Parts: sequence; C-alpha cells; structure tokens
Amino acid sequence: MTRSFLATHPSVLIFLLILSLFTIGVTILSEAYGTAFISTSFVKTLGKTLCLCLVALAMDLIWGYAGILSLGHMAFFALGGYMIGMWLMYARTEEIVLSALANEVLPPTTEEVTNGIAAQIFGVVGASELPPIWGFAHSLPLQLLLVIAVPGLLALAFGWLAFRSRVTGVYLSILTQAGTLALALWLFQNDSGLRGNNGLSGLQNIPGLAHVPQAELSIWFFWASAAALGLTYVALAWLVSGKFGSVIRAIRDDEARVRFLGYSVEGYKLFLFTLTAMIAAIAGALYYPQAGIINPAELAPIASIYLAVWVAIGGRGRLYGAVIGAAFVSLLSSWFTGGRAPSIDLGFYTINWVDWWLVLLGLSFVLVTLFAPKGIGGLIDLAAHLRAPDRKGAALGPDDSALREKEARE
Amino acid sequence: MTTLLEVSGISVSFDGFRAINNLSFTIGPAELRAIIGPNGAGKTTFMDIITGKTRPDRGTVRWGPMADSLLSKSEAEIARAGIGRKFQRPTVFEDQTVAENLMMALKANRNPFAVLFWRPKPADHARVAALATEVGLADHLARKSGELSHGQKQWLEIGMLLAQEPKLLLVDEPAAGMTLAEREHTTRLLVDLARTRAVVVVEHDMDFVRRLNCKVTVLHEGSVLAEGSLDHVTKNPAVIDVYLGR
Amino acid sequence: MRRLAAALIAAFALLLPMAALAQSAAQILEDHRALVEKPSRTTIGPVIAALAASDDPMVADVLAAWADRRLGLRKADGAFVLVSPVAEGVALRLLDGSDAGVLAASEITELRPNAGVRGMIAGALVRFRLSAPDPAARADALATIARDPAPEHLEALRQSLGEESDAGLRAQKARLERLLTLRFEDDSAARVAAIGSFSGDLGLDLRAALNPLLAVTRVALPLGAVPEGNLARDLTPGIDLTEAEAYAALVSAGLAPEPLTAEALKAALVANVEGGMVAGFPVARLNTEEARAAAYSALEAEGRVPPAATEDEVAAAIAAHRFVEIYAEPDPAVTTAAAEVLQGIELKLAAMQAADLGLDALSLASIYFLAAIGLAITFGVMRVINMAHGEFIMMGAYTGYVVQLFVANHTLSLLIALPLAFAVTFAAGVAMERLVIRHLYKRPLETLLATFGISIALQQLAKTIFGTQARPLTAPSWLDGALSFNDIVAISYIRIAIFVLALVFLVFFLWLMQRTRLGLEVRAVTQNPSMAASMGINPDRINMLTFGLGSGIAGIAGVAIGLFAQVTSELGSAYIVQSFMTVVVGGVGNIWGTLAGAAMIGTLQKGIEWLNPANTLAAQTYMILFIILFIQFRPRGIIALKGRAAGD
Repeated sequence: MTRSFLATHPSVLIFLLILSLFTIGVTILSEAYGTAFISTSFVKTLGKTLCLCLVALAMDLIWGYAGILSLGHMAFFALGGYMIGMWLMYARTEEIVLSALANEVLPPTTEEVTNGIAAQIFGVVGASELPPIWGFAHSLPLQLLLVIAVPGLLALAFGWLAFRSRVTGVYLSILTQAGTLALALWLFQNDSGLRGNNGLSGLQNIPGLAHVPQAELSIWFFWASAAALGLTYVALAWLVSGKFGSVIRAIRDDEARVRFLGYSVEGYKLFLFTLTAMIAAIAGALYYPQAGIINPAELAPIASIYLAVWVAIGGRGRLYGAVIGAAFVSLLSSWFTGGRAPSIDLGFYTINWVDWWLVLLGLSFVLVTLFAPKGIGGLIDLAAHLRAPDRKGAALGPDDSALREKEARE
Repeated sequence: MTTLLEVSGISVSFDGFRAINNLSFTIGPAELRAIIGPNGAGKTTFMDIITGKTRPDRGTVRWGPMADSLLSKSEAEIARAGIGRKFQRPTVFEDQTVAENLMMALKANRNPFAVLFWRPKPADHARVAALATEVGLADHLARKSGELSHGQKQWLEIGMLLAQEPKLLLVDEPAAGMTLAEREHTTRLLVDLARTRAVVVVEHDMDFVRRLNCKVTVLHEGSVLAEGSLDHVTKNPAVIDVYLGR
Repeated sequence: MRRLAAALIAAFALLLPMAALAQSAAQILEDHRALVEKPSRTTIGPVIAALAASDDPMVADVLAAWADRRLGLRKADGAFVLVSPVAEGVALRLLDGSDAGVLAASEITELRPNAGVRGMIAGALVRFRLSAPDPAARADALATIARDPAPEHLEALRQSLGEESDAGLRAQKARLERLLTLRFEDDSAARVAAIGSFSGDLGLDLRAALNPLLAVTRVALPLGAVPEGNLARDLTPGIDLTEAEAYAALVSAGLAPEPLTAEALKAALVANVEGGMVAGFPVARLNTEEARAAAYSALEAEGRVPPAATEDEVAAAIAAHRFVEIYAEPDPAVTTAAAEVLQGIELKLAAMQAADLGLDALSLASIYFLAAIGLAITFGVMRVINMAHGEFIMMGAYTGYVVQLFVANHTLSLLIALPLAFAVTFAAGVAMERLVIRHLYKRPLETLLATFGISIALQQLAKTIFGTQARPLTAPSWLDGALSFNDIVAISYIRIAIFVLALVFLVFFLWLMQRTRLGLEVRAVTQNPSMAASMGINPDRINMLTFGLGSGIAGIAGVAIGLFAQVTSELGSAYIVQSFMTVVVGGVGNIWGTLAGAAMIGTLQKGIEWLNPANTLAAQTYMILFIILFIQFRPRGIIALKGRAAGD
C-alpha cells in the first residue's frame, strides 16, 4: 500500500531524501557530532525553522487545500509551546527547589516542594500559589497529552461554533483573528496562571538532562524536528492523495456542490481544523524548547499572518510549497533582522535592513499575490513543464466566491 | 400509488416577496415529472427547499416510505437520503480529473474518518469506468474536468448524479446549451432513468418537455397553476394566459 | 514668686480653660509667656483655647498675627506687639490695639510658631472668621472647617449661622452645621434628625461624614457573653470570615494561643534532632506534614516544646466563640439612621454610575463607529477587505502630528489637519485600489492577504520615519476639560467632539448615498456592476472613488482618535479587529448596522469592564468571545439583508 503510494507520489520521496541529506549534513557540520562548522545557535535556528515548516504544512492543508484561511494557527502553535513549557519549567524548577532544600536537616515535604516551586515560578507576577491549570505540570506524559488535547479541543470548540453557523471566507478569517487576539489578551493578564507577559522561560534547560551540553541537545531537537516534519509530510501527502484530499479540494472550490453530493462539509472542515491545530501544537512543542522562551506576544495575530505569508510565497495547495516558503522566508527574515545583511548606501540615505526588511517583505508579498499566486512552488511547475488547462481565467465555480482559474492552477 | 416525496402547503418569502405560496406537490417512486413556469415562478426556490438549501416558513416536506420530514435535515443529509440535484450550469470540480469527480460522487460512506481511510477497490474503478462509458467520457477519465467542453461537463455532472444512486433526481434545465443530438441523448437518458427512480425536470423548452412525454406541473407565482399531461395543461386558459400566451 | 504664680495660673488654665473667660488677649499671652515664646503642638492647646474663649475683640487680630508670624516681642521690655513691615522698619501695635510707633526690625524678636501650632491657631481663628465682615473670609473659614471638622466648631458655626446675611453662605453654613451635628452633637435625636435630613444627598462630604460612623471593629468573645458596644452584626466563621481570620481574631483578643506555623514547627523539630532522630522518629521519614505533626506531638508530650493548637483545637476554639462586628459609634439609633441613608445614597450612586457608564459606552461606541465607518464603505459596499484600514487611521493621526509641527496654533492646525488627513489617505486609498485591489476583485482572500502585506509595510515605514515612541497630537485648549453633571457623571469635551464627528459622518454618509449622483452610482455598481456599466456608469471610477472615500474617512477618524490616544505606528492595528467586528456584528452593507454594531460593542466592552474593573485585558477577551457566540445566532449581523439580495 505505502510502497505503491510512494511510487505514485515521487515528490514525497524526493522531499524525504532532501530532508535526510539536510539532517545528515547539519549533523556532520555541528559542534556536537561533527566539524563544528555550524554554531549551536545556528543549529537551533535551523531546528526552529523545521518546526516552522511543520506548522506551515498544517497551514497549507487548511488553507491551500481546504480553502479556509485561518489566521489563528500560530495561536495553536504557541499553545503547544505553552503546554510543553509548563512541564519544562515545573520540572526544572522542581530540580532547583529540591537541590536547595537538600541541605536542610529535615527532608522536604511535598507541600514544601510545591510551595517552593510555586514561589519560584510565580514570584514574578506576585503570586505564590500554583494555579489549577498547572495541575498536570508535574507529569511529562500528561502534559504531552495536553500539548495535543488543549489546542485540539480549543480548535474543535471554535471550529464547531464557526462552521456550524456557516461562517466562511473572509468572515471566518476575521473571526479566527479575533479569537487569536482574545487568547493573546487573556494570556497577557497576570491571573491567567501562565505568568502574564513574562511568559515561560528557561525552556532550553531540559529537566534531567542538565549534564548534556546545549550543543548536543540542540542536535537532538533538530533531529526530532526533522523526524516530525518528515513523518507529517508523508502522512499529509497520503491524506491529500486519496478521496479525502479530493473532497477537501472540492470544498475549497465549491462547498455548496459538495453538500449536494452528500458530504457534510462542516464535519470535514472541523476535522481538518482540529487536525491542523494539533499539528501546529506539536510544531510549537518542538519549537519553544529550542527558542527557550515563550510569551503571549508569540500569539499576536500578526504571527499567524506571517504564517499565511510563508505559505503564499512558497506556493499553496502543494505541501512542498509550504515547506519551501516557511524555510525561505523565515531564514531570510532572521538574516535581515539579525543585522547580518549589509546595509545599502544610497548616498543620501542608507538602507538599514533591520528597518526596511518588513517593508520589503510586505511589498514582495503584495507582488507575489498579484503576479505569482503559485509562489515559489510555481517555479518547480515551470521546470516540470506541467501544463494546466487554460480557461482564460474563468471562475471555477458558479458563485462569485468560487476560485478563479489562476488560483487553482497547480 | 405510493409516494416518494410529498410536499404540502409550503410557503417562503424573502423580504416580503412571496417566492413560494402554499405549494403542494407529490411524486411517486418511479415517475418522470416536468415542471414548467415563467421566470420567477419559484422553480429554483422549490428545488432549494427540497434539497435543504432554503427553509420554508410554513408547510411540510415528507420523504420515503417512512414519511420522514426533510425540513430538519441539512443539505448533505438530504443528499445522502437519496435526493440528487443537477444544477442549471454544470458544476463539476474543474480542478480535479473526471475520475476523481466520479469517485467522489460514488455511493459510499460519507463520514470524514471513513473517507480518510477509503481507498478505491477494483470494483470502484470498474464502476467509475462504467459510469464514464455511460455518459460518454470513457476516454477522458484522466483529464481535468475543467478542460472538458460545456456539454461534456453536463454529462459529467449527470454521471456524478448517477454515481450517487439517488432515489429522486432533480434536474434543472438539462437541455440548456446542448446540441440537438445531445438533447436527444439526454431525453432518452431521463426517460430511462425514470423507470427505476423518480425524476423531476425543470425546463423551459416546450419541445424538450413534449419529448419527455410525462405529467407536467405548471408553477406560477409560487403555487401550482395546473397539473396533468402537456396537452391537458396547454389547453388550460390560465396557463395560456400567464405563460404560453406570451 | 511671680513666676510661681504664673506657673500656678498656667497649670490652672490647663485644667480649666474656661477660667480664662474674662481675660484679655494681652493678659492670656502674658500668663503663658513661656509657652507662647516656645510653642509646641502638644502644649499650646490651652493657650489657644483660652484666647478663643476670650471676648476681647483684639483676639482675632492677635491670632491672625500669630499665625502669620506677625506677633513679636519688643526687645526693650519684652512686651507682645503686633508688627507690620513698613519702609523704615516695622510698625508696632500693642495688644490693646494702640499704635506703638515704628522700630527697626532688629529691635523685635519675631515669634516663629511651627506649622503644627499655626494650624491650631488657624482652627481657633475660624470662629472669628465665621463672623468676619468680608464674605470671602467667611467662605474661607467654612472651607477650613469642612476640611478638618472638630467638635468645637459646632458651637461657633451655630452662633454664626444666625448672624449670616449672605444667603449662599447661610445655606453652606446650615449644611455644614448638619454635617457637624451628625458627627459631634451629644443629643442622639438631633443627630438622627441631621442624618435623616440628608436622605438622597450625593455629596462626597456627606459620605465622608457618614462612613466613619459606620466603621466597625471585629471582636471575638466567648459564646454566651454579651458584646459590649453597638453591635453591627454577627459573623459566621467560614462564611463571613475565614477560619484563619477567626482564629487570628481570637489570638489578638488573647482568647487563644498563637497558632503554630509550619516554619515554627520545622524549627522546633530541627532544634530537637538527636542522633538522626526526633522524638523517636527518624529524620529521613519526616518528609510529610503528618509525620512532622506526629513528631511535634511526641515532643509536646515529652514537654520539650510548648503546646501548640492542633487543627481540631483551632476548630474547637472557633466553635466556642462568637465573632461580631462592633460599630465604633456607640449610639445604635445613629448607626441605624446612617446605614439607612448610606444605603439610599448607594442606590442613587449606582444609578448615577450607570448613567456615567452609559456616557462612556456612548463615547466608545462613537470611536468604534468612526473607526469602522470607512470599513463599512469599503467592506460593506464594495465587499473588499482592507486590512490596511488601520494603517490609514494611523496615517491620519500622523498627518495631524506633522501639521502640528508646522502650525503652532492647535485650533488652526486641527482645522488644517482634518481635510489634509482626508486628502492624504484618500490619495493612498486610490493608489492602493488602482495598483492592487483592482486586480483582486472576486478574490476576497487574496485581497485580505495583499492588504495585509501593505499594512505590514506601512506600519514599518511609519516606525522607520517617526520612531517607535508615541508622538503627541495635542487637542486645542477649548477641548480640554470635561462636562460634568455632578460628582459622578462627567464626559470630556474631546469625547463629545468625537460623538458629534461620528454623527456628522453618519449624516454625511446617508446624504451621500441617498441624495447624490455618486451615491446612486455606487449603489448601482454594488448591486449589478455589468448592468451599471451598460447604463453608462464607469465602475472603475466608482470603485476608485468609493475606496478613496472610505480611506479618507479613516484618515479623519485617525486625527480624532489621535487626539486622545497615543499616536504610534501600532495605533491602527489596535482598532482594526474591533472595527471589523463592528462591521460584521452590525451587518454588512448597511450603515445603520454599523451604527448598531458600534453601539453594541461599545456598550458591551464598557459593561464587561464595569463588571470586572481590575482587568481590562480580560474584558476584551470576553467581549471577543461574546461576539463569536453572537455570530452563531445572527451570522449576518444585527441588521441583516435577507433572502436573495444577501447572495446566498
């Protein structure tokens, strides 16, 4: 089954091959296991980029394939980070508290340890009790479950409400954006139980692995990110290749017609919305231990918009497009904003890329939308000489909201 | 005679405009029926109500031997119950191949989880091929449906309808934009289909209706003006007045 | 001998200030010379009281001079003199009022009472001032009393009340008299009457007078004991106060021993570790609270640690006592009356606060309306999502700021800024429509994304040009201040101006759409572009103008918003989500819907903030959640287009 699937979808094999080569290459050049050509911080950047590619895959599935422009998937990404961050911070603080209490004459009681942890974590927001939402933070398996469950249930509830009332198109986009804003604002307040705008920090220190240098940890996380990306890519490629993929693309193009075929469009959308939210959460759970810190600013609506930008620039409606877009734009972005890009001296004015990168990104995004709706992935089409039907730009569906031919050409 | 669909006393209005006014209609399990009426008579709204797209303000729509109410069901549930609809303009998924279009329409479990793990078996491929042959698209299975001609798209849509294996077919102006040969083919197909299931055809073209040779319902201003054979209704002075006379 | 006599008299005066009744001011000062020369807040009281009680007409002058540091000693003979500076030195007056010529300043020892003493002198002066011939001085005196009332003012106030000729001042005096009566009068009935006379009064002074009457202290007493004093209410532990608070009350009343804290317990255990054991318990096993408590009990049994209350004992102690609140005010009739009146006041206050909240909501609604009206045009009429709308608002605000850099007069600069902001954002809107949006009609999601790109670029441009810190956009001075109806209900003039501006735009929009050729064409293009085109309307031109108009209005809204908000590059993004919510909630394509949406969102946000005033962030969260739920029930907004026109 799988063999024939891989045989019929060579792009999956090519992708896996490139990903493996990349992973091996980075490992060989890393400080921990190789020639130390690449610094640990750059390994982390690459690992984070892989996580961003993963969340871009989710975005591509929900937007590129199903046509739902969600402006809230980075919220799920950050929620996943928060969930794993809670365990990381709790377990790490527990280690610190235990070692501090180890010198006492009496062995510490559970209450003393809990109070000590709460005081350490929440002193910064002026609280000293562990909020109820930290009830599972002591257990890695439970908290790992929450990484998927919390964003999943949130997406399920939100999606159920939104899809049930047939909110579609731009309305849905705005609604997801508002929902993201609501979540971010909620997390910003101190009594949310997640340290307000301080967020969770010190996540790069993995409990129980204090003896392992960051150089090695970074490579381990890089491997995990690569594995997650590869597995998700294969799974999603399999998903979109079958009838399910056919149905969701049909929903994108003309959802009313799909209803008359007997498919419950809302059910499919809900399924996809929840699934992609979970993928985003997993990506976040891998990203934030590499980033080391998470705070509510990560949930700002603009983050989800950047996600859409990556997918659009990479080329939506094709999985490799999302990966290319996320990797290309986010690496370029960190290059420009990191101050490494050379300034351009125009004589009367010096273009400092730290200031002008966003202007460039915004404008190039407009240009891509206008002139290259297929994004970078379109170049691969050109190379492969794939020909799409030319219908002189006619609408694909009967309604005004239906896709135009240009958009759907793949 | 048993009834497959019984619509009784439905009314619906948009912003004060009565699109359907106390309309009643029944059709048996294997019957061909043509609905004619001038523009704005409520033909499309009538189909919208049956397929669940529009909810009536009053009245009942009952379906099948158990006389289930269709009013509380969603479009998808109604479609799964066995009501298929063909739109006036061909609406196929142009971005996907003919085979994919037919495969999607094939009668099967529509649950997302079931669909996720559904992979075509040889029997399904055979059924798709058979359907494609029936509608004359056997050579085009791998082509994207957007590349098809207008008539081919109409046929593809009919093929998709057949793949759904509906008990009731609602067909909106099937002959529009078809060549004469295609019309004849369509007529034969519709008459053929009506042997095993109910078919409701909405049509303007009198010649086409005459060729169907079936019972005719005339709609006017949202209610039934006359019903009977084509000859019978064309003699009705009220019908002549509002429709044929012009 | 003389000094002894003076000391005796002074002591006598301390005990019985009234004894000095018939003395002249000069005599009193002379009697207390030592105190007067070196006055301190703690000892000077009787002297001032004696002066105040004296009927010498010079007392007021003397007190005033003393307080102003114009009372001195003539070095030659040590006599008290009133001094006033003149060109040649200082002019002197004796305490009997007679002039005593002019001396050089160096011939006088100035008395320098400290601030505390001067305050006391001023208090005594009040009585004289209340009857001063100058009404301003009397008003001043009233204010002094109102600020710091004391029992002794009451008599003075009553005396001066009868003599008061000015009607306004008499009313003030009467009110103050009642306020003092309810606090300081001895006669209970008079106090109750005074309290009752204030029923329904909202004055802050009244609340300040009533609240101390109702101050309570928490008291613990054994069951069966009768509480002393004026009982306010019984407290039930667990409901009115926590167990810990109840026990703390017991401890502070000396009815129970201090509770043993976890730290103290631990310290006691640590102090008693012997060879790895505590009272027979191995140290290693003392890692639960139960084990530690057991070890402590064992130590307690051995008598090595003081007994500590266990949880059961604490519970028993609480159960064995009654907890009450006692009014500081001993008179029950007074407290009952005060509580009643205060309750009435609170009801009325709540109504007033609701009115104030209503005004707040109205002004917030008009801000949202202003921010959203441009969107209502572009999104509602043209179905074009413009995510850069917020940045147009920002551009308007920055235009106002730049104009102020060049035109110093704020009124004039505002008059220039409004049309200029319209022009700038109109041009930007037209440019955007021509260059980008025109190519994306019928592709709403793409429009959304492309305008996002523009929004990102514009925001960063503003940041690069103007920096990240907030820029001031100052309102003209005639917009400063607030229109206040009473102590509670008030609205600032800027908000009134914004409300008026919102109204103007509403009327303008209605006029434009219903009464002008452009409006007709816009409606035609909206409903059926191809038909409109065949009627000779140029849809391109109409789209361009409509979009420019919507953007231009955003610019004007930006100037208005900039007047009260911080002008930063993020100004627009702060409003964009709310603006979209306003349009969506209200119902697309209908200006009345936008109005209703703005009203709903404004009211809602203020309402939620009122319910949870400490947390405005959470309020926004709840508001957005409410809107998401609202859309469930009215997916097309408050004012929805129905049927075929809605395009379903």
